[in-house]
Amino acid sequence: MNSAASRGRAGVIGFIVAEASLFGVFVVAYLFYLGKSVTGPTPREVLDLPIVGTLCLLSSSVTVALAARALAAARVTRAGFWLFVTVVLGLAFLGSTAREWRRLIVDRGLTIGTNLFGTTFYPLVGLHASHVILGLIMLGLCLALACSGALKAIHAERVELVSWYWHFVDGVWVVVFTVVYVIGR
Amino acid sequence: MTPIQTPSIFAPVSTPAFAIRDLSFFVLAIMAAIFLIVAGIAIYTLIRFGRRPTNPQAEPAQVYGSTQIELAWTVVPLLIVVVLFLVTARYIYGIERRPQPPDALELTVVGHQWWWEIRYPKLGIVTANEIHVPVSDAANPAPTFITLESVDVAHSFWVPQLAGKMDVIPNKTNRVWIEPQQVGTYVGQCAEYCGLQHALMLLVVVVHPKDEFRKWVAAQQAAPAEVPTAREGRELFASLACINCHSVRGTPGNGVFGPDLTHLMSRSTLGAGAASNTPANLRAWVKDPSALKAGALMPGMKLDDAQLDQLLAYLVTLR
Amino acid sequence: MATAPVPAPLSTPHDIIEASSPSGLAATLHDWVVTVDHKRLGIMYVVTGLVFLVIGGVEAFLMRLQLAQSGLTLVPAETFNRLFTLHGTTMVFLVGIPIVFGFANYLVPLMIGARDLAFPRLNAFGFWILLFGGVLLYWSFVGGDGLYGAGSAPAVGWFAYAPLTERAFTPGNATDYWNLSVLVTGFGTIATAINLIATIATMRAPGMTLGRMPVYVWTVLTVSAMTLIILPPLSAAQIMLLLDRFLGAHYFDTQAGGSAIIWQHFFWFFGHPEVYILMVPGFGFVSEIIPVFSRKVIFGYVTLVAATVSIGAVAMSTWAHHMFTVGMGGTLNSFFAASTMLVAVPTGVKIFNWLGTLYGGKLRFRTPLLFCCAFLFQFLCAGLTGVMLAVAPFDWQLTDSYFVVAHFHFVLFGALIFTIFAALYYWFPKATGRMLSERVGRWVFWLLVVGFNVTFVTMHFPGVLGMPRRIYTYPADRGWDLLNLVTTLGVPLQALAVLIFVINVVYSLRHGAPAGDNPWEAWTLEWATTSPPPAYNFATVPPVTSRRPLWDAQHPDDPDWPHE
Repeated sequence: MNSAASRGRAGVIGFIVAEASLFGVFVVAYLFYLGKSVTGPTPREVLDLPIVGTLCLLSSSVTVALAARALAAARVTRAGFWLFVTVVLGLAFLGSTAREWRRLIVDRGLTIGTNLFGTTFYPLVGLHASHVILGLIMLGLCLALACSGALKAIHAERVELVSWYWHFVDGVWVVVFTVVYVIGR
Repeated sequence: MTPIQTPSIFAPVSTPAFAIRDLSFFVLAIMAAIFLIVAGIAIYTLIRFGRRPTNPQAEPAQVYGSTQIELAWTVVPLLIVVVLFLVTARYIYGIERRPQPPDALELTVVGHQWWWEIRYPKLGIVTANEIHVPVSDAANPAPTFITLESVDVAHSFWVPQLAGKMDVIPNKTNRVWIEPQQVGTYVGQCAEYCGLQHALMLLVVVVHPKDEFRKWVAAQQAAPAEVPTAREGRELFASLACINCHSVRGTPGNGVFGPDLTHLMSRSTLGAGAASNTPANLRAWVKDPSALKAGALMPGMKLDDAQLDQLLAYLVTLR
Repeated sequence: MATAPVPAPLSTPHDIIEASSPSGLAATLHDWVVTVDHKRLGIMYVVTGLVFLVIGGVEAFLMRLQLAQSGLTLVPAETFNRLFTLHGTTMVFLVGIPIVFGFANYLVPLMIGARDLAFPRLNAFGFWILLFGGVLLYWSFVGGDGLYGAGSAPAVGWFAYAPLTERAFTPGNATDYWNLSVLVTGFGTIATAINLIATIATMRAPGMTLGRMPVYVWTVLTVSAMTLIILPPLSAAQIMLLLDRFLGAHYFDTQAGGSAIIWQHFFWFFGHPEVYILMVPGFGFVSEIIPVFSRKVIFGYVTLVAATVSIGAVAMSTWAHHMFTVGMGGTLNSFFAASTMLVAVPTGVKIFNWLGTLYGGKLRFRTPLLFCCAFLFQFLCAGLTGVMLAVAPFDWQLTDSYFVVAHFHFVLFGALIFTIFAALYYWFPKATGRMLSERVGRWVFWLLVVGFNVTFVTMHFPGVLGMPRRIYTYPADRGWDLLNLVTTLGVPLQALAVLIFVINVVYSLRHGAPAGDNPWEAWTLEWATTSPPPAYNFATVPPVTSRRPLWDAQHPDDPDWPHE
């Protein structure tokens, strides 16, 4: 019972619960203000479905699971490869979000101060994106350690926990996607 | 010496306040009974088992629990809660869902930092900080229905002897009703912290006999008489920035940021209770509102004594 | 029966290092600053909380002086508004949370037979970020006039209702000090909660099933789980407020269609469970202390634990009883009235469990038990006024008045602070190896009980007579003068009690009677090691055969485990 592994699991689960609660409130605010903007563009007018980014992010969950499994089987090079793919997919998702925001801000004139839609859209999607960045930093560290040879099979549990965080971030995206791009439009 | 006006929730004069008092007596009775029983058991236990034991070294019998007792003392409170809730729900709906008679008096109270704008939309009356209503009696009920709005931050409308409080929230419209059954003057004040002078956002509700209320309405609806000696002051009032914030019916003044001054002298206080409405206080207020109510949003207009005299001579005619 | 203390053998390299490291003020200070030991961090949390308690008390004292009579001008309006904002914020975030989690820090590993918390460095992070947040909040007094010359210490009330907190109504940086300091300390609290859950879930000694944990540990587990769920919403609302104030967002900007009500929902969804997070570990203290001073096992362990967990769960559904006057409508008003009344049931049940423990016992009226006795009566009052407030129409008169101020001071002072004093007297010997004076303890107790009740019983009445809260003065013709004066007169007694307590603590650290391992003849694991415990807590953890391992060891013919 008194093992670092189980402690780490409990810690990450606790962390994920707290984060879920944090995201929950931003989702609630978004839903609450849906349709209540006094002026300005509506979601339907300006939002396109971010299909490519979503596909990249969701498949990165698969690749990170493959990485964790590979490391557990002591196949460090394979783990490094899948970590690399995960990071690339994550960066692709960030890139598509950045492109979308640029389009919204520059072309459509939607900022956080434009109306209630802008106020609730950017923080929700932005909070998620910041968590993607955090995840990419952690995955990048794992990747760097894999490349330098420092990553070993005994670290499999820790990489597994990082992958749990990554799965959570992807799960949040499923919710954000549904609320913002499906329900909200 | 001003008579004590204690706005006690246990001295209601209006139907919703009566209802709340009745409910509160029921609740207090139950709470008092629970307190006496539990405190009684506690005192008995502490005294009986706190006495110096004959054999202090031996441990007493270890009692781990009792399913029956524990069940009982869970179920009984649960039943009390059920009863309490049913009674509560009845009063909630009874007060909230009071139907509005078609001829009921309607008024709108608009909360500002830190004063109350009072409008009687159907009567064409606008005043500040003082509400006047007719008394109601069982034969001819005359409830008043109040719509509550705010132009800035959250306030709360509370006149304890007339009704429970209702918040006054920007971007939301709330409603409350009163039905005073006794002539008199009842006091209240803002009950939601709204900034610097929240403490000086007092309310006065004057309940008149029905015919006197009609007289009050007529006086408020009339424009104030033009007094020749006040002509200079009136022109000063119009030429200075006063009319940007204040309205006086019958003049170009139609500002909405400050209280309507048409019948300024008919009100008992200045600055929502900051000072009583006497010429001396009025002069001090106009000279520098912050001297009577620090941080008041009305600026001091930096008038010299001559201008103040003229202005005052005009303002005191606004009865 | 207290056993002679056995000096801990120098068996590990860590001890040798400790014994041979340089002493002196600089070295001691360094040790405390870099520590990750849960016991030291726990003490640092509690001491920090007590320091802020004194500061918050001074703020209260100044307010009570100003309100002692109508129309006084001792404290101007602006200062008064800052005082009540800082007082509330300090007491909840810089006194309640640190002391509650500080005790949990100290006691949980000892009670479950563990070496430390699951993540010692995260633990240290939690403490230092709390201290930073507290300093940041108080820096607002010092830090200058803000951008628009509008003053620095926040004056928006501890729950900072919108849209008063929007830039349009409070320019300058005062509100931002409130926002950022509370936000930052919140992260530390979440980290500590994660730490405690991981510790309790995975580091219990062999034989200690969940059903054998002390009730106190159950209370810590419950409130830590609650923290994970309800503290992030406050952080989220504060981030939204930051966005409104700095990036032109409109979350709570009613001029742009935003809602003032949604701040209240977010805040109270945090705020109500928060006060249970503060109070429930206090219940845990009482559940440990009453049995020991009654010489009896706790009556009804299973129902007590079930009540604790159900309080935690139901409390999260009661928040809008703070909003009965907002105009939510009959359905919501009824729902929240119902849930609030419901949570009173398990809370009341606990009182009965404690009475059931005292009943039939051989009571030892030492200071810890005295404080628990006062707690019982005061918490009973607090709970009953709470049920009154749950009756929504009654609340329509009582809320935002001095009645509700009296109610929550009965909960957080009359109940919580009294249990904290009980805990301080009870565990001070364990943490320091020295006893606090019983004689001085009685003085502290009686001064506090009398002072507290003079102030806070009296305070109910102005509320019922129409006096709202958060006002820096009141008219002379309301009839509130005498009641306010009496309320103020109770304050010096409370201040004296705290002063005497502090002096006794400082004195006892050097000159208190040696405590030994188990001065109270208690039965939980923390009493099975030295006072103070060594850095590693236990040389060997005693076998855990029941909820009272030491009882089993002392009574091999009549152990607990057949009865559990």
